[in-house]
Amino acid sequence: MQVDLNNFRETFFQEAAEHLAEMEAGLLRLDQGSFDAELLNAIFRDAHSVKGASGMFGLDDVSGFTHALESLLDRLRSGEIRVTQKLTDLLLQATDLLRELLAAAESGAPAPERMAGVLQELYVAQRSPASTSGASPRIRKSDREPAPSGKTAYQVRFRPSAEIFSQGMDPLLILRDLARLGEAVTTEVDVQGLPALASMDPEQCYLAWNVRLETSNTVGEIRDIFAFVEDNAEIRVDAEELKTSTTAAPSAANMAPAAPRDASIRVATSKVDKLVDLVGELVIAQSMAREIVHNFSSARLAELQEAIAQMERHTRELQERVMSVRMLPIGHIFGRFPRLVRDISAQLSKNVRLELAGEETELDKGVVEQMGDPLTHLIRNAIDHGIETAEERVEKGKPEQGLIRLEAYHQAGSVIVELSDDGRGLDSERIRRKALERGLIAEADAFTDAQMYNLIFSPGFSTAEQVSDLSGRGVGMDVVRRNVESLNGSLSVTTQPGRGTKVRIQLPLTLAILDGLSVRVGRETYLLPLVSISESIRPRREQVKTLVGRGEAVMVRGEALPLIRLHGLFGIPTEVIDPCRGLTVIVEHAGRSFALLVDELLGQQQVVIKSLEAHYRKVEGVLGATILGDGRAALILDVAGLAQIARHPAGGGLAA
Amino acid sequence: MQEVEKTGYTADVNQFLTFTLGAEEYGIEILKVQEIKGYSAITHIPNAPPHVKGVMNLRGTVVPVVDLRTKFSMDAVEYTKFTVIIVVMVGDKIAGLVVDAVSDVLNIASSDVRPAPDLGARCDTRFISGVVSIGDKLAVLLDIDKLLTEEEVATAA
Repeated sequence: MQVDLNNFRETFFQEAAEHLAEMEAGLLRLDQGSFDAELLNAIFRDAHSVKGASGMFGLDDVSGFTHALESLLDRLRSGEIRVTQKLTDLLLQATDLLRELLAAAESGAPAPERMAGVLQELYVAQRSPASTSGASPRIRKSDREPAPSGKTAYQVRFRPSAEIFSQGMDPLLILRDLARLGEAVTTEVDVQGLPALASMDPEQCYLAWNVRLETSNTVGEIRDIFAFVEDNAEIRVDAEELKTSTTAAPSAANMAPAAPRDASIRVATSKVDKLVDLVGELVIAQSMAREIVHNFSSARLAELQEAIAQMERHTRELQERVMSVRMLPIGHIFGRFPRLVRDISAQLSKNVRLELAGEETELDKGVVEQMGDPLTHLIRNAIDHGIETAEERVEKGKPEQGLIRLEAYHQAGSVIVELSDDGRGLDSERIRRKALERGLIAEADAFTDAQMYNLIFSPGFSTAEQVSDLSGRGVGMDVVRRNVESLNGSLSVTTQPGRGTKVRIQLPLTLAILDGLSVRVGRETYLLPLVSISESIRPRREQVKTLVGRGEAVMVRGEALPLIRLHGLFGIPTEVIDPCRGLTVIVEHAGRSFALLVDELLGQQQVVIKSLEAHYRKVEGVLGATILGDGRAALILDVAGLAQIARHPAGGGLAA
Repeated sequence: MQEVEKTGYTADVNQFLTFTLGAEEYGIEILKVQEIKGYSAITHIPNAPPHVKGVMNLRGTVVPVVDLRTKFSMDAVEYTKFTVIIVVMVGDKIAGLVVDAVSDVLNIASSDVRPAPDLGARCDTRFISGVVSIGDKLAVLLDIDKLLTEEEVATAA
């Protein structure tokens, strides 16, 4: 019987990754609390699932290793061994290795070399307090590193229980795995249990096998083959004396390298069902509309309008639902941060607690995945630069344990991710000094504090007095900004000296669709991303000022905002030259606002983002293109880019 | 001077789509042509070279449109509903070429193609792959890859 398991491989790896993530999360909670049987059970179950499934896929490295891990967990949950910091560290290390093993198995690469070491440690830890009988397998080396002594012969007896098929097991697969370990010299089928044909239940297993196996593997490794069925079978492995043979044993499982897999999404069936329903309704609405058009008379106009309105509703809902298929809870990446905080704070000998909120906030898969790195960086920075050492904190009258809070929530069609710490805050004077030193600003430049703080996102900026291993090389924050901006998001930082810093990231719900404001300049229509717009005004005459050598500015509530004439910037002929006759849209980028002069506002609309680069090239100040309702192409403006080109000719202080 | 055959096919005969710009006749390899479409609304691209008229919507894809008249420093003409856009594929990029009118599809033997005359420094002949006589006229065969790749994509920045 040949079962093609490849179809399930992808699901297996996906699920294994989930189990691992849960194990890790569990272990981290374990770290903070005392003995918790429920939690230990949950961790054990995760390990057990990985072991079982990997055994089925012939991933011997994985199942063997997980078996060792599981044995240790088993003794932990039974209370035989106490949870210690050292043990948690080891278990976390083991989950890391397991992750590597899975990745290696997926790509067909050999197991990482340090596996043998970790495996050894797992067994040592297991035996540590009171060594018990040899019931648990003893694995000394990975099966990829055959014992130097050569081969041993074993008598292996395998009698599966009669119900084994109903548990989804196939003894044949197990025998095949067994044969891979070495050379199955003789294999005997024991048919004693076989009843008469008339009384035989075809769904039951009546057979048993005796295999004489020559292998360089240990008893434990042989037993691992049966890891998944050991509760449902009688298994005996006895070593025989054998003259050592010279040839090395063949290596185990030769999994074919996994084909490059397409990124896939797992979608709840209910979501798909809803989609099918909606498409059905849309089809009905469409056929109704067609019927009306076929037999059209002016009397039926209202009917037609109604039909079209209905189609519009369905289409909009369909759009939302389809988008939601791509949505993932941001907890997907939040999950890895407790570990990160634990590791980094240990490394920096700081005491930091991470608080998470809003993990269930859903975002486009692409956005979620790309937020991992920037957030990692920000957290690293917060621990390294933000949070003080315990002594320093006590001195300042703060709780000894630093707090980092990561929160996500929805706000007006976008998602806000906030990372705050209760550390020392940013020092605007130091930032200013540093920026001057790095030539990022000129001596004469006047900045508000908010603008000053945002300088930390400039390339080549770092205020850490000491460049540490983790951060402070000045390559971080501008990369964070670039990452966020490449997702059409924006970010800003606020701080209270001595009280903490908060980085606020605003992200669009999805990458494919943008909420935009369409504006007209001359005969052209442009779209501005709604996220970056704060307001639009028609300035009064006295609000428009000309600053010598600095271009024009619009005074809004006492602040002078640079005026950018879109028609001038893009070279579009228009009649509206006077800002007091057109409209200025106040847009914000990186804490700086400026006023864009346009002829008029056309309205707010959702547009699908099309690439301009696909057939042309990147255009400065343009994010992409879109198709308008009338079939024309229109450009979507990139506020960050506009700010740059507008600043560039003026020779302003801030380098791009 | 031989008359170009309109029928028949041999190994070194290539098909060319010919079109006019003013009084002049041009040809491009037909394999590069994806389609010919009527004039459609063009959206201006800021700070693009003058011959890049903008982008248009080609069934949901946004593709740049190049005006060959401007490109060849000829007088610009008003676009009308008779203005034609030849959609060409260069590598994996698509572009539209605005021309006055499409004339014909011709089989041209490579032996009939003569190298472009050296017109001196005043005229850029890099993207001319040769000239061929068609009746009493001379058609200029364009190397569309060079014309678009070098000019638009690489150096237009």
